Amino acid sequence: MKAHRNQPLYLAFLLHRLSGLGLALFLPFHFYVLGLALEGDDALNRFLHWSEMPLVKIAEFGLVFLLAVHFFGGLRLLALENMPWSNQQKNYAAIAVAAAFFVATGFLLRAF
Amino acid sequence: MLEIRLYLAQRISAAIMAPLVLMHLGLMIYAIQGGLDASEILARTRGSLFWGGFYGLFVIAVSVHAAIGLRNILCEWLQLRGMILVGLGWICFGGLLFAGLRAVAAVVGAP
Repeated sequence: MKAHRNQPLYLAFLLHRLSGLGLALFLPFHFYVLGLALEGDDALNRFLHWSEMPLVKIAEFGLVFLLAVHFFGGLRLLALENMPWSNQQKNYAAIAVAAAFFVATGFLLRAF
Repeated sequence: MLEIRLYLAQRISAAIMAPLVLMHLGLMIYAIQGGLDASEILARTRGSLFWGGFYGLFVIAVSVHAAIGLRNILCEWLQLRGMILVGLGWICFGGLLFAGLRAVAAVVGAP
């Protein structure tokens, strides 16, 4: 394994990329579900009732986590590129993941 | 030159989406309470200029952002180059934009 891949900030990059990939793959499905409203409220409701299953809620937690981690990771990236460098980058990366986990857990607690 | 433009478009779309994502996250946590219901969601969105504009802008920005991100992954991880890369990038952008705007029309437009 290349040395840079052991660095925490490489992991932050990888997490940002993989969360972005996951979200991009999820988007067409998200748009399709919302598009069900074109067929009427019932079509959308049938899907929403299916999404009440606990396993789907757990998957939703994962999606909210992906969105939150990509959001906070993106803020870290924008700050890194547009503000002066600091020695706190690793801490910011850790804070981004923690904040994402906090948001996603908040979602899960409300969902159940 | 193209790479610089894509880089800027990626960053600008990210900056546009930042407040939208925050609001979307907040709305999701609020709306999920007591389960999701189509009529509850659609009552909020149908005929609303605000939500139409909000999610319309969101869809445009995310289509740009996601298409460039996917293009970067195809280029760096799958080593795709040239017209295949350009074509797939445009397909991602066009597909997301079409499906996204259709979804916005579905929840904002009249039944």
